[in-house]
Amino acid sequence: MARQRKGIEVSIAMADAVAQANVDVIAAYPITPQTHIVEHLSEIVANGELDAEYVPVESEHSAMSVCCGSSAVGARTFTSTSSQGLALMAEIFYIAASMRLPMVMALANRSLSGPLSIWNDHTDTMMVRDAGWIHVFVENGQESYDNVFCGFRISEDPSVMLPLAVNLDGFILTHMIEPVIYEDNETIRKYLPEVRMKNALHPDNPVSMGCFAMPEIYTEAQMGREQGLLDAYPAVVKAWKEWGDLTGRYYRPVETYRTEDAEYCIVTMGSYGETAMEVVDALREEGEKVGVVKIRLWRPFPFEDFRSAVEGKKSLIVVDRAISFGGPGGPVALELRSALYGRPNAPAIVNYVAGLAGRDVARSDFRKIILEGKAKASKGETEGFTLYGLRG
Amino acid sequence: MLEIRLHGRGGQGAVTSAELIAIAAINKGNFAQAFPSFGPERRGAPVVAFCRVDDKKINIRAKVYKPDVVIVLDPGLLSLLDPTEGMGEGGILIINTKKKPQEVAIAPGRSIKVVTVDANTIATEELGRPIVNTTMLGGFIRATGLIGIDDIKEPLLERFGKKLGERNLKAMERAYQEVSIGE
Repeated sequence: MARQRKGIEVSIAMADAVAQANVDVIAAYPITPQTHIVEHLSEIVANGELDAEYVPVESEHSAMSVCCGSSAVGARTFTSTSSQGLALMAEIFYIAASMRLPMVMALANRSLSGPLSIWNDHTDTMMVRDAGWIHVFVENGQESYDNVFCGFRISEDPSVMLPLAVNLDGFILTHMIEPVIYEDNETIRKYLPEVRMKNALHPDNPVSMGCFAMPEIYTEAQMGREQGLLDAYPAVVKAWKEWGDLTGRYYRPVETYRTEDAEYCIVTMGSYGETAMEVVDALREEGEKVGVVKIRLWRPFPFEDFRSAVEGKKSLIVVDRAISFGGPGGPVALELRSALYGRPNAPAIVNYVAGLAGRDVARSDFRKIILEGKAKASKGETEGFTLYGLRG
Repeated sequence: MLEIRLHGRGGQGAVTSAELIAIAAINKGNFAQAFPSFGPERRGAPVVAFCRVDDKKINIRAKVYKPDVVIVLDPGLLSLLDPTEGMGEGGILIINTKKKPQEVAIAPGRSIKVVTVDANTIATEELGRPIVNTTMLGGFIRATGLIGIDDIKEPLLERFGKKLGERNLKAMERAYQEVSIGE
């Protein structure tokens, strides 16, 4: 495939990227809004355009089990799911990370039941936040396409060997037609070497994986997981840097927009970062000294990048897409508060939860959140969170 | 930036119309988005699709609330909704109807340009059934000049294949010629 700019649905572009990454095994069960990704992949495999095993499993639990098996033998492995599908695979999702099995998942973020909803927010991904996977968030079609390659590169890096989820907002991105630049296969081959596992399952070289652990070793195994995820950070940064050097599109764990002289910032994760930039441009015209901070790498959490991005700011207005019920508010704000806790001159944090289950958050809503959040911060109203747009 | 909203019924192809406009614009080197009103697809139920076109990258991840152009694929929807909702002065309203623009009693006294296409008749004659999404694009192209017929040829033929694509193209070209554009 030659390098080309296409008007294409983001799900299709992502599936094409998976094919360009020359995966060996795809195991998935269709679920809205992820369906188009795996549908298109099954077509590509059925048409003989990609020499891969497409395993049409009977459930997401089985999908993740197949992925673990295929990754364990050293096959490049892809899956995709959303919401209830992720919930059903949760058991094996944790095991994939514990067994240090590289694979890439397109996680088309959707709210969890109940009430039953098919629309977008981040409640599904937050459910598996602590599983030990690498989590990346993208905000448009190009980033979705690019991060399939970066995802495999990071996940299969011998210094990493961990599963990686590319989180993209369901519908908002999966069902969007927009321009995406496809890189040529030569560039992809240069960037993404063949998968090589040091300890793959093979009859000639037997190894045991996923063993039972007595209390004497479980603690050490967990520490290994923690350290493994922390150690992934430099590989993530390097993979993004090299992708940027090849394509001109650079990604960083925390990204900023018009923050240099900003007094306060809106913080987002996922596709809301784009609307936030648009609204910040408009507010800048009116003299507001506001910027955008975007969390791209959610796990391992980039504490230092975040702290330096917000240094010297008066306040942060954090827009979450999920609630930790009975807890402190949104998971992102919780993370940021603990990242800054006890630091001198740390910015005040005001937390909004918005856009649950696909409720649209328009430019006018962002404007309201930013200006109202700024006022709250200046009055010291930083406790808890506000559920934006809640009807009386 | 031009923002477009399409009203149709599930199965009429409103989303396809939005897609074809976006892909044609992107192929010309512009930036565009096309997306449905997200949710389960229900044949016959009123649906909305959206499209944005700009000459720079579009950074909005929300529905279209203030459309510059509205396309109504099914005239029966006019009794259910106000197609001009959110539309400012100078907007363009393109309706599938046998009526002439001056006979359409929508937005009287407002400076909205009403454009009518007898798309049911054209589509029935050219395609054998009143699926009007591509026909209405002829009216859209004529009324807005945003893209040309030639720009949409390639995405249309890719989408529908040569045989069906060419019939759709003919319906679109007829609508381009036969459209009635109001004051």
